[in-house]
Amino acid sequence: MQALTNRAKAVDRKPLSLIEKLYVWNIGKGMIITLGHFFKKKATISYPEEKRPFSPVFRGLHILNRDEEGRERCTACGLCALACPAEAITMEAAERLPGEENLYREEKYAAKYEINMLRCIFCGLCEEACPKDAVYLSETFAPSNYQRKGFIYGKQDLLIPSPKENPGEYQKAIGNRKAN
Amino acid sequence: MHSALLAIDLFLVIEKLVLIIGIVSISLVIAMYETYAERKVAAFIQDRIGPNRAGPFGILQPLADGLKLFMKEEIIPNTSNRLLFILGPCLAMMAAMMTSAVIPWGGKLNVFGREVSLQIADINIGILYVFGVVSMGVYGIMIGGWASNNKFSLMAALRGASQVISYELPMGLSLIALLMVTGSLKMSEIVGQQMDSVWNICYQPLGFFIFLVCAFAECNRTPFDLPEAENELNFGYHQEYSSMKLGFYLFAEYINMFISSVVMATLFFGGYDVPFFNDAAHADWGNWLVALQGAVLLIKVCFFIFLFMWVRWTIPRFRYDQLMNLGWKTLIPLSLFNMVVTAAFVLWKSNGYKF
Repeated sequence: MQALTNRAKAVDRKPLSLIEKLYVWNIGKGMIITLGHFFKKKATISYPEEKRPFSPVFRGLHILNRDEEGRERCTACGLCALACPAEAITMEAAERLPGEENLYREEKYAAKYEINMLRCIFCGLCEEACPKDAVYLSETFAPSNYQRKGFIYGKQDLLIPSPKENPGEYQKAIGNRKAN
Repeated sequence: MHSALLAIDLFLVIEKLVLIIGIVSISLVIAMYETYAERKVAAFIQDRIGPNRAGPFGILQPLADGLKLFMKEEIIPNTSNRLLFILGPCLAMMAAMMTSAVIPWGGKLNVFGREVSLQIADINIGILYVFGVVSMGVYGIMIGGWASNNKFSLMAALRGASQVISYELPMGLSLIALLMVTGSLKMSEIVGQQMDSVWNICYQPLGFFIFLVCAFAECNRTPFDLPEAENELNFGYHQEYSSMKLGFYLFAEYINMFISSVVMATLFFGGYDVPFFNDAAHADWGNWLVALQGAVLLIKVCFFIFLFMWVRWTIPRFRYDQLMNLGWKTLIPLSLFNMVVTAAFVLWKSNGYKF
């Protein structure tokens, strides 16, 4: 039968020769290999001090975006919650009162916006569903927690820092993305 | 009664006590850092970096491990034999520590005008003593395995006993050839002979190799770690042990490793002899020379300990039948052959190289 790949190797069932029976020669060869690995560059990344860069399309924790004047973009339309296959997003809408124009961009805003990070599968469908570019997935992931309620992220956890009040933090959160 | 027999030399008692305490604590510290070294060597061989969080380079890791073992709950199974269950780790530890008594750790120190030999007991049957104590080590395994009242532990104890007994034979036979060369069982004299001429490894390379393989088997190290094969026997004889009793078993293994490294260095690699250096010509260095000798012995020992670990992370475990075949069908004939050839040479030499 013809081999499918050139990697196929016939099994050798010859009885062991005397040198092979003494194991010494082969053990010596193995030990040279392991000694070689002793001096090789290590694959370990010391995690908290050193981090592997994520791919630019990595889908991590959600961020609620603001516009360039620092107003929340979300209008609580509910399309993200509808799109979410894991039903991780809930929200409550509220009407913008006079004098809050510097806080919310449209007349309607999300008074409560919660994502359950234990339910979330980080598929990114909310990001695609959002008509206002208000929610997107960042390049970080959820830190560990001792309690389930610690994984329910509210608005204060999700909102991006304001570009007006805190431009440095805003730039850090926006990362390589195009600010919109 | 003769009064000289009753007159105990108080200084001798103090000197030996200090030596014993010193050597026991050094053995314990070295065993502690062997666990650290083992993890580091394993990591480096597997392209990892190993423990590096506790202290600089993870130096405090063994302390953390020891603390963890002490803090853990101690469980004695209620179907076990309580006395033997506790006796097992004690015996293992004791047998491991006792061997160090006959090893010459260096030359003679000069303390306040008094000559202090760095050897606890310079008995004239040193090697026999080592053998006697080493074969006691199997009682720790057997008693611990049996007292646990557990099938896996019992299997491991049986394996351990048969393995140690099988490998003691070639070990003894390889040493008989060495004793023919040295003509003495006294450890200090064997070292003294090597200081004056070449190391025994030059006379007995095959004997050393057999001794090395058997030392691996006696210490229950990979590739001969059948008694504690974790994937076959759930850790074998110390499966039921927890807390510091488990720690004692693990510690005993590392002390055994240290002691057998010392024995190998002493018997075959000149003990505390400094290579390429005439020790006798520098007697005026006094205590510094002794310190240098001790350091050289430690370096040799470190190399052997590294060898133990290097082999452990290279070779997979032998199957039980392979182990027995290797012991009885390969090593014993080889050591017998080595013995006969050595005996012939010794005879030929004593005959003035004439037939």
